[in-house]
Amino acid sequence: MSQIELRAAPHQHSGSNVPTIMRNVVYSLLPICAFSVWQYGLSALFLLVTVTATCLLTERMFNRAAQNTLSDWSAVITGILLALTLPPSFPLWMGVVAGFIAMAIGKAMFGGLGFNVFNPALVGRAFVQAAFPVAITTWVPAFAPHRFVEFIPGTLTAPLMIPPDVLAWIKLQGVDAFTGATPLARWKFEHVTASAQDLLSGAVTSSTGETSAILILLCGVYLAARKFLDWRIPVAVLASAALTAWAFQLYDVSHYPSPLFVLLTGGLTLGAVFMATDMATSPVTPVGVWIYGAVIGIVTVVIRYFGGLTEGVMYAILLGNALTPFIDQYTQPRVLGAQREKKA
Amino acid sequence: MKLIWKNSNCGLRSSTNMRLPFQKRVPTFDHGIHPEYHKETGSLPIRRFPFAPKLYVPLSQHIGKPAIAIVTVGQEVVRGEVIARADGMFSLPIHAPATGIVEAISPIPCDTGEMEMAIIIRVYEADGQEVKVRNPHNLDGLSGVELAMVMQEIGVAGKGGAVFPTHAKLIPPNGCVIDTLIVNGAECEPFLTCDHRIMVERAQHIMTGIDFARRVCGAPRAIIGVEDNKPDAVAALIAALPADGTVTVKVVETKYPQGVAETLTHALLGREVPIGKRSSSIGVVMNNVMTLAYVGKLLPLGEGMTERVVTVAGPAVERPGNYIVPLGTPLRFLLDYVGAKSSASEVILGGPMMGNAIASLDIPVTKGVCGVLAFGKREVAVPHTYPCIHCGECVNACPKKLNPTQMGLLAAKREYDLMADKYFLGECFECGCCSYVCPSHIPLVQQFRVAKSFLKDRKKAA
Repeated sequence: MSQIELRAAPHQHSGSNVPTIMRNVVYSLLPICAFSVWQYGLSALFLLVTVTATCLLTERMFNRAAQNTLSDWSAVITGILLALTLPPSFPLWMGVVAGFIAMAIGKAMFGGLGFNVFNPALVGRAFVQAAFPVAITTWVPAFAPHRFVEFIPGTLTAPLMIPPDVLAWIKLQGVDAFTGATPLARWKFEHVTASAQDLLSGAVTSSTGETSAILILLCGVYLAARKFLDWRIPVAVLASAALTAWAFQLYDVSHYPSPLFVLLTGGLTLGAVFMATDMATSPVTPVGVWIYGAVIGIVTVVIRYFGGLTEGVMYAILLGNALTPFIDQYTQPRVLGAQREKKA
Repeated sequence: MKLIWKNSNCGLRSSTNMRLPFQKRVPTFDHGIHPEYHKETGSLPIRRFPFAPKLYVPLSQHIGKPAIAIVTVGQEVVRGEVIARADGMFSLPIHAPATGIVEAISPIPCDTGEMEMAIIIRVYEADGQEVKVRNPHNLDGLSGVELAMVMQEIGVAGKGGAVFPTHAKLIPPNGCVIDTLIVNGAECEPFLTCDHRIMVERAQHIMTGIDFARRVCGAPRAIIGVEDNKPDAVAALIAALPADGTVTVKVVETKYPQGVAETLTHALLGREVPIGKRSSSIGVVMNNVMTLAYVGKLLPLGEGMTERVVTVAGPAVERPGNYIVPLGTPLRFLLDYVGAKSSASEVILGGPMMGNAIASLDIPVTKGVCGVLAFGKREVAVPHTYPCIHCGECVNACPKKLNPTQMGLLAAKREYDLMADKYFLGECFECGCCSYVCPSHIPLVQQFRVAKSFLKDRKKAA
């Protein structure tokens, strides 16, 4: 024994580390990516790759000094999640803008990994929602016949140009009865609800990766079983959304859709499983996570029913993120041995 | 030595881990962690250690005032003889751990990290090293406090590591009525098995010690808490229990930190120690099994504390095991004897979760050293530290239900006052669960130690 080293206790460690957690989240997102590429073909693939690459490059640009920032996989998660929430025909150059904003304003400006207040992917999406309102609500049918050999027209729009109209292309695909609207929009403006079967399997119009609720939930179950995800948050979000929808339906069954429709449409499952659970922007206290999840679920339904938008998950989660420090502050666990609240 | 990394424990533990929801719960506390236990030495009998050529006996081996040396350089001392007397109530005498000649009384490096005065004894090589000096008392009919005074003479301090003088701990403070004596046989730290072996081999001494301890603290009953990974210890204790039923053995879940006073009290009795108070305020006194085993062995003989059982283990030790080591044995001699591998690069006194790495191998074994662990390079490699990602793992691990996430963020900003005022920094007993689970490898518990010592130093300066 030549030299002895000094270290602080504890001298054992569980072996968990940040890259492992992040890498497993990426793994669990891969089936969802694969499904979306199968549905939307080349356009979805290029959108995923472009946005993720933009996020990685932006992260690199802002953290040139630190060596670890790319190896922790968190930028990959942000990129994939952001791409999954964009419409499949979204122009790639707008995707680059979204990715840059997500990493630069959503993350780097706050101080990088762990310091961001808002989920970076949603910051990016909120920006492009405001900047490109038409492109982000242009929907195309899934399973177009030539999806693996040609792009959807919007995808390859030249930078700073407005994407071409997709209606002519949609007609060419020979897809019957394509309405050009998401199930949520159709419910809101036409009072037509989609069948649960279509919603579960993903045979509906929607963002790139938000189509199959069942696949998203399965990936979530995998993550929760491996303990890389706090199962309480998605459960709280989905339960509170379902309860709120159920309460509205009790009030007026002819006007409000069933809780199942609310759960399966739009980005609620993707948001509940992958976005709301972002560790850096969700509470840590045992009571806090339930409150946080409940707020997101309720706000989502309220925006969908009464807001000007058809979809409310994004803003609900951003609101939840903003409330997180506040929730954490007021839900401190009772320390062992501390007296219970004194009665005045 | 090839380490068996998994399934090292007796069959009982795995069966409790497989417990179904409707099965009866083993008493335990909330949160905590399940580290790898490495309790391979638990099946090896306790063996006697040889005497080092020189023993370094610090005058302060306990919490409280150091003892006062009553020998001079060049004087011959006989094993068991008092070589330093107690300085007041919260102090303990020191007995000569071996027969030999006092070579010097000078400062030596100690496990506290500071230089402490010590009596250095050159051991007679040819001597049989029997304990020659004893001072037995008639213990019948003594009152609790009188018994405590006799107990002080044998010099026993808490063997779990806190080294609080046992006699002083047992006397109930004014106005407190002690209803339960908890005997801590949980031994939740990985690698350590000395308490385990003591329970298996010296159950009778423990019962005698419990009897003395109850006479001092006045507790009508005693509960021995043992983790369920030590079924042989439980069996040995049950076989030795007194017939009147006032002493019971309770099996608790194998979980770290089960052996901390707060968690074991909570697991066994469901009581919480109120913040800022001691366990005596809820009628509980806790002693370690080894402490009571030594009380039970030494007190009837009137013999001083000259040695203790120490677990010597770790991946970098050739012949790990439990050894009866004379107090004052330098670690260098100890590790040479058990064969430290050349890969050894870190030596820890105590367990791997709460023990301290030491800076010098000249540090001697003292009354509070329950384990000496040697780790190689691989086991102590420091991985990259990431920023806190708010995963909340530490919040779910903290047995005290503190919020290490928030405290860690505040510690990085040096907001030590806020940590103490709002987040109960002072309640942290530094078990290390938060650091253990942190995926970002943030040294949380170390930050809390720094914060605590900063506040303590400032208070002292004011």
